[in-house]
Amino acid sequence: MILKFWRKQCWKGELMAKKTAYMGMLTALAFVFSYIESLLPINLGVPGIKLGLANLVIIVTLYTMGIKAACTLSLVRIVLTGFTFGNPVSMIYSLAGGILSLVIMILAKRSKTFSVTGVSVLGGVFHNFGQIMVAAAVVEMASLFYYLPVLILSGTIAGVAIGMLASILIQHLIKMIEQNESK
Amino acid sequence: MKKSDIILIGLLLLLSLMAFGTVTLYSKLSTREPEAVVFLKGEEKGHYPLSDNITLEIPQEDGTYNILKIQDGKADMIEASCPDKVCVRQHPVSGQGESLVCLPNQVVVEIQNGQEEGLDGSTK
Repeated sequence: MILKFWRKQCWKGELMAKKTAYMGMLTALAFVFSYIESLLPINLGVPGIKLGLANLVIIVTLYTMGIKAACTLSLVRIVLTGFTFGNPVSMIYSLAGGILSLVIMILAKRSKTFSVTGVSVLGGVFHNFGQIMVAAAVVEMASLFYYLPVLILSGTIAGVAIGMLASILIQHLIKMIEQNESK
Repeated sequence: MKKSDIILIGLLLLLSLMAFGTVTLYSKLSTREPEAVVFLKGEEKGHYPLSDNITLEIPQEDGTYNILKIQDGKADMIEASCPDKVCVRQHPVSGQGESLVCLPNQVVVEIQNGQEEGLDGSTK
């Protein structure tokens, strides 16, 4: 009886360790992607256009490890990159975009209407939307909404690209995880 | 990709197109054309678009007067009742913030919403 309980605890601990390792790896990956993105600024005349490579990691996490892990990862990534590559102000923008996009993605995933690509597109568009909302509130200027059409467009395109990548990744990763667990 | 994804992407593209249309329309409506604003003793007396070709007399109660001519997108003071005629000798103005000043008659003509000049530009 005691032995059984002990074994169970051990197994739980092992699972926890595995999860921690995964989370650490994913955080590092998201962090590196953010860094790569800061090295490659896409300049199309409108600030804020980017591929959203870090979102790739968030989506994969959302689909493979669940909502809680994705939220933690997103927050940790934003705080980390905010302190390393940005400043407190840019962190607020990222936070607004990140939280809004994550909430929308979770809802979109829950609704089961969209596949990974659709979820990613919604995430990309709402990330931009959240940032613009904060920017408009900070500078108290509605003229920032001039950027909106370009940012919706870029969010959609980036979302499609990231979503397709993510769906391929998720397919392979889920297979790998299942194989690992059956061993 | 599901069918709903493609619908979503299509909708978003349409939305961005529509937003783009509204923004261009709005900015076209809200950009004002350059105009000459006449101030008399510090008070605003009138706005005259630079695209018109008009000759305008600015009379005052004590008999003094100035004549402003707007032609080819430029404003020029062509006649004044004052003795020194500084404003008349001044070249036509069209750039943002430029002005014609007649001190004795206390008349100021200022360009608003004008184009930014490269050299000799002035700001307000």
